[in-house]
Amino acid sequence: MENQGERSIRWIATAFGVSIVASLGLAVVYLLGGQPQAEGALLGAALGGISVGLVLWAKHLMPGGPEVQEREIRPEVAEAQAEVEETLQAGAEPIERRTFLAKMLGAAFAAFGIALLFPIRSLGGAPGRALFRTAWRPGSRVVRADGSPVRPEELAVDGILTVFPETHTEAADSQTLLIHLPEDVQPPGPPGWVPEGFVAFSKICTHAGCPVGLYEAESKKLFCPCHQSVFDVVDGAKPTEGPATRPLPQLPLSIDDSGFLVAQGDFEEPVGPGFWNRGRDD
Amino acid sequence: MIKRLTQWIDDRLGASSFAKQALNKVFPDHWSFLLGELALYCFLILVLTGVFLSFFFDPSVSESVYRGEYEPLNGVHVSNAYKSVLDLSFEVRAGLVMRQMHHWAALIFIAAMFVHMLRIFFTGAFRRPREINWLIGLTLLILGLLNGFSGYSLPDDLLSGTGLRIAYSVVLSIPVIGTWMAFLVFGGEFPAEQIIERLFVVHIFIVPVAIAGLMTAHLAIVWRQKHTQFPGPGRTEGNVVGEKLWPTYMTKSMALFFGVSAVVAILGGLVQINPVWLYGPFRAEQIPSPAQPDWYLGWLEGALRLFPPWEIRAFGFELPNPFYPAILLPGITFNLLYLWPFLEAKLTGDREPHHLLERARDHPVRTALGIAGLAFYLVLFAAASNDLLSKWLKIPVESITNAYRVLLLVFPPVAGLITYRLMDALRRTGAEGLMHLPLSALTRRTQE
Ligand code: FES
Repeated sequence: MENQGERSIRWIATAFGVSIVASLGLAVVYLLGGQPQAEGALLGAALGGISVGLVLWAKHLMPGGPEVQEREIRPEVAEAQAEVEETLQAGAEPIERRTFLAKMLGAAFAAFGIALLFPIRSLGGAPGRALFRTAWRPGSRVVRADGSPVRPEELAVDGILTVFPETHTEAADSQTLLIHLPEDVQPPGPPGWVPEGFVAFSKICTHAGCPVGLYEAESKKLFCPCHQSVFDVVDGAKPTEGPATRPLPQLPLSIDDSGFLVAQGDFEEPVGPGFWNRGRDD
Repeated sequence: MIKRLTQWIDDRLGASSFAKQALNKVFPDHWSFLLGELALYCFLILVLTGVFLSFFFDPSVSESVYRGEYEPLNGVHVSNAYKSVLDLSFEVRAGLVMRQMHHWAALIFIAAMFVHMLRIFFTGAFRRPREINWLIGLTLLILGLLNGFSGYSLPDDLLSGTGLRIAYSVVLSIPVIGTWMAFLVFGGEFPAEQIIERLFVVHIFIVPVAIAGLMTAHLAIVWRQKHTQFPGPGRTEGNVVGEKLWPTYMTKSMALFFGVSAVVAILGGLVQINPVWLYGPFRAEQIPSPAQPDWYLGWLEGALRLFPPWEIRAFGFELPNPFYPAILLPGITFNLLYLWPFLEAKLTGDREPHHLLERARDHPVRTALGIAGLAFYLVLFAAASNDLLSKWLKIPVESITNAYRVLLLVFPPVAGLITYRLMDALRRTGAEGLMHLPLSALTRRTQE
């Protein structure tokens, strides 16, 4: 028996000892400039040593039980409950008698509650028409993220480019994919929107708004990596797979007199994910 | 020493009788009763590491050019938030370990709460008189999810920015108030400038305070009601059999705290997590691929991926697609969970107080429903990585998605039915466990 106890003591002491050494090691590592892996391992050993020591201590050298304790199944007796009810009732009586005042108080609280909502209004601007428009305007030059305008000859056939309206490269809702389709492909969209095979679609997925990042030139399909919606560029970017329900809106393009790609105007419908009144034009 | 201290305190607070009662309080012993404690200690680790992180994190999205230890990003425009996370990771001594410990602790925190909830569910520990603690516990789980997501979004990296982008679209999909809500929460059309600063306040103040408060109430109620116990020799509805708080239980509990901390420290030091420098800073027109959220949002991500391209439109109004998987589904999920104790009491007519736990077999219907539900969310969770699976198996992602859709409808009822048969057989034969179940018990139905 004695032997058992002594053995436990040795193990426990060893565990705490390991912890002490690890803590000292941690200090050394820190002072030497730090090293994440060593820090983690030593911190783990320092904490783990304490943990193991405590477990062994509790298991071998502390009263283990089982102890039994009574539990009152229903702590409160019915009388006490009745007393509480009575006290509540007695206190409420003078309030209840003045029904008019009670109602006025209720109204005051309600009015104040509504007044409290106004600061919440300060948290953001009204949505207004913001979701219905982007920064594209008639004649907006098509530029890259760094602001440089795009000439048709700069994008090879089957090439793709993320573009913005000039001076609005920060407008996230205006991000657009410019794709150079080969000549033998019937251009999607209304006639005159796809000069020299250059077609543009909003880059914001109509499902949950992720940038539609991947283009497979062979199949002429766009892939959204978020939930795997697939859009068929030749078919006006209609979704063919995945949860998206609407095509990516198409941007009408043309080429201006100086030979740069420009937009004929904004997208004709809201870009990006749906919202309750998206189809209302008023 | 102990004597002087007790006297000094008792003189001032008169707390001796309470203290005596407290020290002698008996706690039942079972490994599964430690899950809640595990969550509590993870929260403690989160607070400790989180305070450290908050001294270095800068929640501002104003941009500057990165110059620092991490070579590949030198010269790149990044937000101050992102930069401060890089500096914390590469330049602050012990910073990376703290950050990774914080992230690991968060993952374990939510896992512990979740498994704790399962334990409570399958043992019927939510029954009268413990309904209030079920409600509080569930709220803690939701707050945990919220704080996990808000913390994950703070570094302003490309991966978490994508998560925020989806969250914005999901808020936008709520009927009538969705557009206003999205603009108020985010401060304007995505990506508005304010969101990181707001999430910071939510993450380090509002939600943690709520969690701390509710945890205190949760524990106080456990204390007041005394812990449940599994049935066994000498254990009745009217007693508690276990170990006294002082010294045994307290020592073991402390050991658990240090043990969890040790595991978190080792993970934090040795297992890389959320390397935001690899994802790059957030850019609204860029996207990481493949992209998965932290594990606890996997079921929502999976639901977004599996839900078919359906939505309701009429008169120019619409109920957009993300609404169903990302608002309706969690809404139903959490409401069902909140109502469960009351639904079950209504359906079984059992409104008696219970302090002895049930084994899974004691209530085959509940167990079967629980397993079926679990199977449902498991399929959703798995579906969140359909793109990875498609890459590994070289099968088109559409086929995998369709397979998951079928699985989502078939697997839960099958799992539920099998569970019911097994639990029923266990109950009838009184076999110790599934391994001891005679085969004949599975083929024959109840014959009483
Ligand atoms: S955001 Fe593109 S598929 Fe969901």
